[in-house]
Amino acid sequence: METLVSIRGLTVDFDLGHRVVRVLHGVDLTIGKGQAIGLVGESGSGKSVTWLAALGLLGPRAHVGGSVQLSGEPLLGVPAARLEAVRGRRVAMIFQDPASALNPVHRIGRQIGEALRLHRGLDGAAARAEAKRLLERVGIADARRRLDDYPHQLSGGTNQRVMIAMALAGEPDMLVADEPTTALDATIQAQILDLLRELRRDGGMSMVLISHDLGVVAENSDRIAVMYAGRIVEEAPTAELFAAPRHPYTTGLLAALPDLDGPRRRLVAIPGTVPEPARLPPGCAFAPRCPQAIAACTTGVPPLVHVATDHRAACIRVQTAMAA
Amino acid sequence: MTETLRRPVSDRPLLEVRDLARSFQVRRAGGWFGKAATLHAVDGVSFDLRPGRTLGLVGESGCGKTTTARLVLGVLSPTGGEVRFEGEPVPAPGTAAWRAMRRRMQMVYQDPLGALDRRIPVGIQVMEPLAIHGIGARAERHARAMELLDAVGLGPSFFARYPHELSGGQRQRIVLARALILDPSLLVCDEPISALDVSIQAQVINLLLDLQAKFDLAFLFISHDLKVVRQICHEVAVMYLGRVVEQGDPDQLLIDPAHPYTQALVSAIPVAAAARRRPRLILKGDPPNPVDRPAGCAFHPRCPAATARCVVDTPVLKPMPDGRIVACHVAHGEADSPRLAA
Repeated sequence: METLVSIRGLTVDFDLGHRVVRVLHGVDLTIGKGQAIGLVGESGSGKSVTWLAALGLLGPRAHVGGSVQLSGEPLLGVPAARLEAVRGRRVAMIFQDPASALNPVHRIGRQIGEALRLHRGLDGAAARAEAKRLLERVGIADARRRLDDYPHQLSGGTNQRVMIAMALAGEPDMLVADEPTTALDATIQAQILDLLRELRRDGGMSMVLISHDLGVVAENSDRIAVMYAGRIVEEAPTAELFAAPRHPYTTGLLAALPDLDGPRRRLVAIPGTVPEPARLPPGCAFAPRCPQAIAACTTGVPPLVHVATDHRAACIRVQTAMAA
Repeated sequence: MTETLRRPVSDRPLLEVRDLARSFQVRRAGGWFGKAATLHAVDGVSFDLRPGRTLGLVGESGCGKTTTARLVLGVLSPTGGEVRFEGEPVPAPGTAAWRAMRRRMQMVYQDPLGALDRRIPVGIQVMEPLAIHGIGARAERHARAMELLDAVGLGPSFFARYPHELSGGQRQRIVLARALILDPSLLVCDEPISALDVSIQAQVINLLLDLQAKFDLAFLFISHDLKVVRQICHEVAVMYLGRVVEQGDPDQLLIDPAHPYTQALVSAIPVAAAARRRPRLILKGDPPNPVDRPAGCAFHPRCPAATARCVVDTPVLKPMPDGRIVACHVAHGEADSPRLAA
């Protein structure tokens, strides 16, 4: 498969003034053309920061290291003008809360029109016709009238559809969806995920789906990367990750989910809490919560190693099992 | 569970809710010039809750589940119907009788940081309800707070800490300790684990089950997550636009939902294991504004099974052969008219 985005050794340090805290510790990730990648992890695991850093959206307080390439061209450290040509145009991003991402004082049509002018040079009647087509494309009924609505006149689900329409305005190669359904009701979440699936199938667009919900990523990704404390700890094709998880954190997350059928069992909770970025334990960051931790876990950070052709895990016990 | 629905009422329920209704006078869109309208937030809800049991209330935003909780606690006065707690009607809010009753019914919210005072050590906040109700001397209050910190799995070292020093899961444990210090018999939990990370949710679910067994607590458990509801509830009621549309054993509802709305909710649950996925039923549109509740069955504009009767005739909750209660003409086989073209 042709590579679209390649992230190598991505690091992010936040400068807090009195000290510098590393929140991303070298992330490697490859996204193929038309591929859908799911990124799961708990708050603070670095799943959103990875993409904000890759697209240069973190601001001056963040120091970003490593490399990010889009179709072979570097994205990190390039002049702002080069980045502007990529953001929104070739890579679009949608967020959890559509109401705060849209401008409350402008009509929907004008906001989509702005994206169309910026990315495709469309103006006037052509922009309006294209905005209407995009609203229809994302399943908004009565699109012509909705163009003149303000965000507060629309429901959360419809606003998220508008955000997706704006993201599609640049005809992007890749859509990064950061918790796109977390703020929505269950039946509306189903509608939006169904729409994203349909867009991907029709357009051959790559997608990165960031979510804390294993079920959501499982249904909508070809591959899944599990993040913990600023690192990818496991990456595998979706079916394989759920059938044969190798990292104890992935196993723990799966055991912590309640079942929908079968006998009710006591949930196996992961003890303790996620460590703060400034106070990471030595060695493997998961070791203090890990039921299988051994003394060697605290001596060094385990690298991501192949456990199968297309399956990598960062656990010292997996590593020794592979070497034996 | 079915047996509780069928069992004759021998021991009195802890909580009896009958035809509970609450409406609000609102203005339609248009600011000051908008027309006055009535919003029926809760409209004829009835249920019983026995000591030591859990009833789940599920539904989407605006379905009336939080309003129901506020009515049960007496924070809000009903415009119709009645709530009886431990056999007595819930008194008007703010009265001495209401405050005395509130000792026995406590509430836990979604956001523990918002429920705690950031400037006061958490141990003092756990003791506070005892001080408010004038119970015990300071030393006794302190000892009781330590007992409860232990019961929620936090050691004595947590007493002097501040909310910002704790993780989300630990804060929710503090909120639970404070809610339990007055020895309540009912805990109303409004999305108590929704704001927590996945690995912490399981910890708090297990803790809630342990606390229920230890203190013989009844829970009124509000959630949008049917997986969590199955894990924790003995019975579940699904609400849509202010009314209960289906109520029964959680397994019955999840495995074989009878109401088309329950069917849509169940099919919308994202499932990790591909083998367990069911065909998804995608509803058209958004839930209607509660001010403009559709005539007949309120769900009919979004319902894939709606018939002509559903448009005009509001279905009532009636028992099914397996004991659960459902408000749907189609589920009861009483639609007797062809399906509307969807």
